[in-house]
Amino acid sequence: MEQFGLWVAAFLTLGIYSFLYRDNPWYKLSEAIFVGVSAGYWVVVLFWDNFYSKFWLGHSEDPWLWVGAVLGFLMLLRLVPKIGWISRWPLAFIVGATAGLWMMNYFASNIMAQVQNTVMPLFGSDFSASFTAIVSNLVIVVGTFAGLVYFFFSKAHTGAFGATARVGIWFIMITFGASFGYTVMSRMSLLIGRIDFLLSDWLGLIQ
Amino acid sequence: MIPGALCSFFLALLIMLPLAVGAFAQTEDSAVADSITAQSPQIEPVTSLVAQDFDYDNGERIELSWVPSIDDRLVDGLVTGYEVFRTVDGGEPERLAVLPPGANFYRDENGDVNSVYSYYVVALGDGIPGVSVRTAPMSPEREWVNVDRAYLFLIALIIASAVIFFVETARRGKKLFIRKIAGLEAIDDAVGRATEMGRPVLFVPGIHDMDDVQTLAALTILGRVSRTIADYDSKIFMPVSRSLVMTAARETIKASYLSAGRPDAYNDDMVNYVTDEQFGYVAAVDGLMVRERPATIFLLGAFFAESLILAETGNSVGAIQIAGTARPAQLPFFIAACDFTLIGEELFAASAYLSDEPKQLGSLKGQDVGKGIAMFFVIVGTIAATIGYAWDVDFVNSVLTWFNEVFSTN
Repeated sequence: MEQFGLWVAAFLTLGIYSFLYRDNPWYKLSEAIFVGVSAGYWVVVLFWDNFYSKFWLGHSEDPWLWVGAVLGFLMLLRLVPKIGWISRWPLAFIVGATAGLWMMNYFASNIMAQVQNTVMPLFGSDFSASFTAIVSNLVIVVGTFAGLVYFFFSKAHTGAFGATARVGIWFIMITFGASFGYTVMSRMSLLIGRIDFLLSDWLGLIQ
Repeated sequence: MIPGALCSFFLALLIMLPLAVGAFAQTEDSAVADSITAQSPQIEPVTSLVAQDFDYDNGERIELSWVPSIDDRLVDGLVTGYEVFRTVDGGEPERLAVLPPGANFYRDENGDVNSVYSYYVVALGDGIPGVSVRTAPMSPEREWVNVDRAYLFLIALIIASAVIFFVETARRGKKLFIRKIAGLEAIDDAVGRATEMGRPVLFVPGIHDMDDVQTLAALTILGRVSRTIADYDSKIFMPVSRSLVMTAARETIKASYLSAGRPDAYNDDMVNYVTDEQFGYVAAVDGLMVRERPATIFLLGAFFAESLILAETGNSVGAIQIAGTARPAQLPFFIAACDFTLIGEELFAASAYLSDEPKQLGSLKGQDVGKGIAMFFVIVGTIAATIGYAWDVDFVNSVLTWFNEVFSTN
């Protein structure tokens, strides 16, 4: 049975990879299996892990679970066109509760902590900072300030303000370039994992 | 007679000798015992042990303070440390911590408002440990407000007030200025291109549910895009990975077609649910891109690892792509593979710009106030820090201290 599973996995892996050449029936079959199985899998997982284990088994000990169950049911009423408006209430509850719970945390982490960590002595104590440290400090302060200017929507990007915004977008793009390279490396590791599966687990060419 | 006296003497000696040895032994034992007693002194316990509720918490902290053992203060090395014990609801004592010599403070972080605690401290050393008097039983209290975060509250209040102010200003009809955003002007042209080429428009709203603000922003832009599609009599495909997004999107497109005077052209099949699974959804959307060959693709919302796959596949079919997400990790891929990208907050600005809704416009302007505050303090703080550290100017240092106090998140 394990061998059968290996062969099915290899067949579907190569089917998905065949898309790199062009769309073909092999890819269509693999795609259809992937979509169908994943949709069915999530239905089962969400039912047993959420509804059954969290609500059905626990509702007698924790009556508050009924609140969640009722809200969840109301959300499903969106599927009934005539009373679909009722689903806005649980959605409003979720969005509002999430915003309220996280608002102060986001203020603290995304505004206060960021400002505090951006402020620094550019030249160190008694001008003791090295050249590298001074450059690093300037990059942080100038980059943060210019980036904030770029995302300021209440003023047009003209004159000195526009020039600063331009500096900001340069910083942002350079950062994105570094992030791109880093993420591509991690995606390569995923590819290596699949190639390892094909050559090692399936074909046994690599020990 | 002398021999008799000698005999008596020796007899007495014989009798006295064991007694003397025994006495000597006892003396030695006593001496040993005395020396043991002398080598095992009673370590003086700590004094003035006080247990106080920690202010401004959720009722889980109790602070202990005491005056260290006098032996610790007078003789180096006599006290080797302190053990802190606690009893819960009169139960068995449990050891909480072992502290070094000189310690005079401990904070118990595992309290509960429904329990009663009593503490004592044991001074350890080369002798009999000194056990302090137990504190009176007490329970920690839960406070409603943490005044240590007053500045955080103040800044949040300022920004929230700004948002409310601008929302009300927009509601009264005043026009709020928002700068031009590149990519928004391309929307109408992109839809027009699809109409001319006779190919559909593909709209992907990300893979998160309706509770994500990025999805809400994407659906707001969808309203404008679908209105243009209805006007131009073009086609739209919208595969989604969440059932609630499907129903919300159907309502949005239906309303757009209705407002364009084309209710007959609307079809529920324009929006279809695929799967919740991330890469299953991507496989389906990629297949759709390659088979239907849309002329215009919108990738707006919350994306993760699938962003590059979607953007590259869209690029390979020759579509014009307009993307936007607030996830910084995915923006590089959109920028590399798409024609126009709404970076981070530009997605929400676009949503506000296109919808012209007072709440969204007011929120955007209010957030600009927050950015203004941040920019101001970055400049002022950096100047103060640079001058203060370089020349040690008292006034500037006090400004810096105040600044750190304001922006401290502890």
